[in-house]
Amino acid sequence: MQAKPTGDTTLIQGEHTYQSLADKLVGVVEKPPPRIWWPLVLLGGLGTAFLLYAILVTFLQGLGTWGINIPVAWGFDIVHFVWWIGIGHAGTLISAILVLMRQDWRDSLNRLTEVMTLFAVLCAAIFPLIHMGRPQYFYWLLPYPNSLAMWPQFKSPLAWDVLAIMTYLTISTLFLYLGLIPDLALLRERAKSRLARAFYGALSLGWTGSATHWHRYRAAYVLLAGLATPVVISVHSVVSLDFAYGLVPGWHITVFPPFFAAGAIYSGFAMALTLIIPLRKWYRLEEVITLRHLDWMAKVMLASGLGVAYIYLLELFVAWYSAEPYELRQQAWRFNGPYAPYFWAMMLINVGILQLLWFPRFRHSLPWLFLISVLANVGMWLERYVIVIISLSRDFLPSSAKLFHPTWVDWGLFIGTFGFFVLGIALFIRIFPPIAVAEMLHLLHKLRFHKEESHAARSDGLLQNPRGASGGDSSG
Amino acid sequence: MRRLRSRNFRLKALFYGALLGLGVLLVVVFSGVAVGGFDPRVGVTIEQPVPFSHALHVGQLGMDCRYCHSAVERASYAGLPPTETCMTCHSQIKAQSPLLAPVRESWQSGQPLRWNRVAWVPDFVYFNHAIHVAKGVGCATCHGPVHQMQVLVLHQAFEMRFCLECHRNPAAFLRPKEEVFNMNYQPPAELLALGQRLLEAHKVQTANLDDCSVCHR
Repeated sequence: MQAKPTGDTTLIQGEHTYQSLADKLVGVVEKPPPRIWWPLVLLGGLGTAFLLYAILVTFLQGLGTWGINIPVAWGFDIVHFVWWIGIGHAGTLISAILVLMRQDWRDSLNRLTEVMTLFAVLCAAIFPLIHMGRPQYFYWLLPYPNSLAMWPQFKSPLAWDVLAIMTYLTISTLFLYLGLIPDLALLRERAKSRLARAFYGALSLGWTGSATHWHRYRAAYVLLAGLATPVVISVHSVVSLDFAYGLVPGWHITVFPPFFAAGAIYSGFAMALTLIIPLRKWYRLEEVITLRHLDWMAKVMLASGLGVAYIYLLELFVAWYSAEPYELRQQAWRFNGPYAPYFWAMMLINVGILQLLWFPRFRHSLPWLFLISVLANVGMWLERYVIVIISLSRDFLPSSAKLFHPTWVDWGLFIGTFGFFVLGIALFIRIFPPIAVAEMLHLLHKLRFHKEESHAARSDGLLQNPRGASGGDSSG
Repeated sequence: MRRLRSRNFRLKALFYGALLGLGVLLVVVFSGVAVGGFDPRVGVTIEQPVPFSHALHVGQLGMDCRYCHSAVERASYAGLPPTETCMTCHSQIKAQSPLLAPVRESWQSGQPLRWNRVAWVPDFVYFNHAIHVAKGVGCATCHGPVHQMQVLVLHQAFEMRFCLECHRNPAAFLRPKEEVFNMNYQPPAELLALGQRLLEAHKVQTANLDDCSVCHR
């Protein structure tokens, strides 16, 4: 079989030197922002203000301002917590797992998705704090020696959530910062004003780019990637245990941890596409975030989406196979209950529309890809709605069945976290380069100077799986 | 190169200094919380309408605790003595003392004296004096050397840790029943052996003593 072109040559398009590539990537920070930036910051700021107002109302008047009631005591707060946490996961996946797999195509995506992770996790972390009736005592969830001689209950997945989210926030921030250090040094060297030089200089921690620096940097980066990978998988698994630990029909399913992790990767890549498609246009980054990058992201999204779709069907099968009446009734409640439109919309998007990604036509068309990614975000929101709210709205006792009706505070918190997310990302890419410059220069170096070598190796047959190596166990 | 190195050094010093400072701050804050070191009540005197001296009444005159705090063996609340209790003596003794004017006023008007409470726990704690006295917990164990206090000061912040310390290991704190109101009681050397004996003699159920429902009903 003739080896196809690996496509690596298309990861950076255009004729670039190190200087021109660095100019282009750092230009995002050095040049004035595109015109759309100001309205985005304004919208984000308004959203953030709305978020703060909704939080203030919640704190002053209590959780009764939300739509939650007694069977459905977890409403939009937990839906959005899980949704935002899920979105964060693509960032760490691209940063950590793809590093371990030595995927070069992550190099132009990782910074943006790490920023996305940081702000998505911050948005998510708001919800566990404010959905407490007495948020001023949140620190009782931390294990510290105190005058009460009391400790958190470590059997509760909600106590694990605290540890999981704090670890996740720490490790994703560290990852983001570690990746930024060489770029900060570059910005320091290029800075025109004293103030910028001092700012980037302090943040770059005296990075000089010496061989020792790079050697340790690489080792630390790969180590951190190795540590972050189990964190990514386990954080959303821990989040899933909030439900799977419960006895509620529709929650108590052992497949939840991988299900949630797959859903997190799916929704994370969807959100990454939703962000990256407009950003690459506004900032003219088509040369470094090529259609091939988007194609790969769409493929990962398809793969994880199929995992999600599989488990939807598995859930149905298991409900039938268990012959457990409450489980069956729960599924019937999803099919025909008052929330059926949510369920069917979720199935339509996450099982139906997802299949469009099999076709290169949809993966290579920006409008389609954007539309599908936005829909996938909606679909994953619906999935959390189905799991959290529909399951709670009717369980064992008919006398404790009640519907959930969100109030304006519920919506305000959601829209507000969106505003905060947009504001955070907009400000971040104004101050820090949205594409890892050092990684990209390294990639350019690899593409230009190692192309011949790998090409030569391939024509020698070294990369073509020599028959002798695998011939021993092939029986036919 | 030298310039870079010196900048590096300063940055490192700044970085590790900040980290160290943060660590020290955290240790201070958390250790203060841990030992209840920030509780402002312990050892502080609180002004009272009448400068009642436990040192005089208990320490010098040798009154029994129960003469005034008469409910302590039967009720959850030990009780503050009413004006009548004061007046049993002070209608004759120091009957003209200006310090006792509020007591006489209370006696005449029928309005109770407004003592300021020193030892208290929040309302979500259901503390019962009678059970502790019945099981051999001495006054001084919790309230300190009251017989030496000119003005009552709080001996313990009554934080939960203090309560649990005893509830998780009562043997170390029990005394014979007849010594409960003895302010000068000295625990014997073989404290734990005595404690073990008393646990059985007083029928103390140790299994669930630190359950929530014991106090937080």
